[in-house]
Amino acid sequence: MAAGVAAWLPFARAAAIGWMPVANCPMPLAPADKNKRQDELIILNVSGRRFQTWRTTLERYPDTLLGSTEKEFFFNEDTKEYFFDRDPEVFRCVLNFYRTGKLHYPRYECISAYDDELAFYGILPEIIGDCCYEEYKDRKRENAERLMDDNDSENNQESLPSLSFRQTMWRAFENPHTSTLALVFYYVTGFFIAVSVITNVVETVPCGTVPGNKELPCGERYAVAFFCLDTACVMIFTVEYLLRLFAAPSRYRFIRSVMSIIDVVAIMPYYIGLVMTNNEDVSGAFVTLRVFRVFRIFKFSRHSQGLRILGYTLKSCASELGFLLFSLTMAIIIFATVMFYAEKGSSASKFTSIPASFWYTIVTMTTLGYGDMVPKTIAGKIFGSICSLSGVLVIALPVPVIVSNFSRIYHQNQRADKRRAQKKARLARIRVAKTGSSNAYLHSKRNGLLNEALELTGSPEDEHLTKTTSLIESQHHHLLHCLEKTTNHEFIDEQMFEQNCMESSMQNYPSTRSPSLSSHPGLTTSCCSRRSKKTTHLPNSNLPATRLRSMQELSTIHIQGSEQPSLTTSRSSLNLKADDGLRPNCKGSQITTAIISIPTPPALTPEGESRPPPSSPGSTTNIPPIGSNIVKVSAL
Amino acid sequence: MRGQARKESLSDSRDLDGSYDQLTGNPPRPTKKALKQRFLKLLPCCGPQALPSVSENSVEDEFELSTVCHRPEGLDQLQEQTKFTRKELQVLYRGFKNECPSGIVNEENFKQIYSQFFPQGDSSTYATFLFNAFDTNHDGSVSFEDFVAGLSVILRGTIDDRLNWAFNLYDLNKDGFITKEEMLDIMKSIYDMMGKYTYPALREEAPREHVESFFQKMDRNKDGVVTIEEFIESCQKDENIMRSMQLFDNVI
Repeated sequence: MAAGVAAWLPFARAAAIGWMPVANCPMPLAPADKNKRQDELIILNVSGRRFQTWRTTLERYPDTLLGSTEKEFFFNEDTKEYFFDRDPEVFRCVLNFYRTGKLHYPRYECISAYDDELAFYGILPEIIGDCCYEEYKDRKRENAERLMDDNDSENNQESLPSLSFRQTMWRAFENPHTSTLALVFYYVTGFFIAVSVITNVVETVPCGTVPGNKELPCGERYAVAFFCLDTACVMIFTVEYLLRLFAAPSRYRFIRSVMSIIDVVAIMPYYIGLVMTNNEDVSGAFVTLRVFRVFRIFKFSRHSQGLRILGYTLKSCASELGFLLFSLTMAIIIFATVMFYAEKGSSASKFTSIPASFWYTIVTMTTLGYGDMVPKTIAGKIFGSICSLSGVLVIALPVPVIVSNFSRIYHQNQRADKRRAQKKARLARIRVAKTGSSNAYLHSKRNGLLNEALELTGSPEDEHLTKTTSLIESQHHHLLHCLEKTTNHEFIDEQMFEQNCMESSMQNYPSTRSPSLSSHPGLTTSCCSRRSKKTTHLPNSNLPATRLRSMQELSTIHIQGSEQPSLTTSRSSLNLKADDGLRPNCKGSQITTAIISIPTPPALTPEGESRPPPSSPGSTTNIPPIGSNIVKVSAL
Repeated sequence: MRGQARKESLSDSRDLDGSYDQLTGNPPRPTKKALKQRFLKLLPCCGPQALPSVSENSVEDEFELSTVCHRPEGLDQLQEQTKFTRKELQVLYRGFKNECPSGIVNEENFKQIYSQFFPQGDSSTYATFLFNAFDTNHDGSVSFEDFVAGLSVILRGTIDDRLNWAFNLYDLNKDGFITKEEMLDIMKSIYDMMGKYTYPALREEAPREHVESFFQKMDRNKDGVVTIEEFIESCQKDENIMRSMQLFDNVI
């Protein structure tokens, strides 16, 4: 149980009022609160660090915690201080706000911690001074993205059940890690894309000569082999495309998407080629169509996240790219015109027209400098040098923006992957904490039983086995114990549950809820007795055996007949006999379990409370209404 | 794109100059909507009987002006209204404020806090019923006054008060009768808190049987519903219940 919620324990215990009227058994005793709660005596300052300021300073902002009467809730009479169990570092910023009127956001502080503190003190974050506002907003946005990411991935995981075949296929296509089949498919298509691209490349390499002294490219030399390879690849791509088309949730949108266009463009040349092999005119066009086969390489973008990020970056930097293009065009036109007119005078100049000078300008501005066109006049050279200098500047400016965009998106993706990896660890930690808390209760229950049994058998020297629990712990356990009593079921841990399930399936006991007494002669239980897992020296050692029998509910009652004939179960006599039967039972070494509906602790601890006697008359009135849950008790 | 958001925030930061009383003053040039929202939002924080509902609609704003801010009545007034001592109220408020810095609990928060005490089972349904019982004015949130008023009845009230409160908890639609369906819901929610790993294993019919036994005990005239008089009368006759009601005397 988190320490912070310990303050709500009284509320949780008060909420147990809803269980009381429906419980059939009385509740166990509450742990005694021996020492008065120390909470009120906490020193009043911010976690030990004392801050001092004038009251009027605080009252400048009357609708915050410190400026209003709300702080009276935190006043300690003894030390005459106001105590706040909060972070002193952030409190420094809060107090400075009262002093200077400006709220600052310290950069080293975690954004959610800071927000929590501000909310606690009743201060709106919007009044952060503009010196720190940018940083605050940026951090807040990042945090919000992170939370959205968490929610999204949670939702994704929850939507696993009830997917149709089509949806599973689509998921497999989009995210190859969902199943092994998807992964296999992913790698197979990747392999074939690579094969196809390499084929296209190798096709054009000249390999070997033919007796006609002509160098043949490999494509023509091994035409059949290449054709077969091409066919195979196109088959795979076609099948993949059709499958994706079938699985897509919205076919129209899928057809319009970029990836599907690339797919289509990649495989169309082949089919067109099949159709038009013989026609001479069109075969020229067909050859150029083969160029589109290179688009197959773009299919790799499904396989590589980096490629996708690059594409996304270019898309998101569209404005920067546009600006780059525009400024370059402007500069090219200006310089080309200038160069043309400057070189017009020289003879045999290559600058025949302004469009011809474009080529020179582009090559110079991008600092390529092929040298196929060079100015010869002095004016031309001057303007040429100005051109190359300005080219460097114009190109260098928009590029870092594109680069930074790319790196931001890339890092975001990396962070998302890291968060996903950490999420597993986080969930595991939460699970461990939960089981730890429930195990603590079970463990203390066992110890509690052990204690009572030991007290019974009167072996005080074994008390060192007891584990001292804090008051909060014992109160929490008492609460859980009350819940057990209300529902007449016990908490056990997972392994015991599995064991019980197996045993019960093996035992094949009668399903009636009221097994006859005769079949269980040696058993005694009460509706509220606890099962002990220790079978060794506990007096209730006969109890574990009962678990193997047909006990379905704790509310079934068996009265041990053979050993205690005095415990005749006629209701009228139960009152008297119960009392008498109790005391000797308690002291005896062989503990028959408690009488109906009297909880074991008071029954077995004779130093006990005043409960047992008054409870027994009450308990008898409980029996009739419970009805079918309880074994029909009969006098033995 | 991102650039636009950045531009917006720049202009905001210029607005938030220190030239006026930032919490209560009107900012010089924001849009009408932001101005009104900010002003309205400040109002609830001023008075003691704050209504927290105003700032909820400003969530769409990029500023996120909402953290609903509710301040309870003064310590003295609460002392008069409840049966807690001053120190007890202080302790309660500190715990309350720790988990709910905004001053009110909504249902989600409530469920989450309550579930921390029952790691093995699912306490959300019972927490919902509790929430409805504490939220006496049915406005969807439990303020500190509601919280302390409920606790005062449970922990410091007479046995009859407590029984009344429990009846109110069971009567889900607050019509003055507990029907078998309502009781079944309550019972199921209690059994849900046990979780899966129990001994003996929880069966489907266990809550229903429990409800039957409850009705047999409580429903005097066998008309299928339990009224408040039947409830109190039957509980007063039951020693166990009387005794367990006294458990609450020492919780705080």
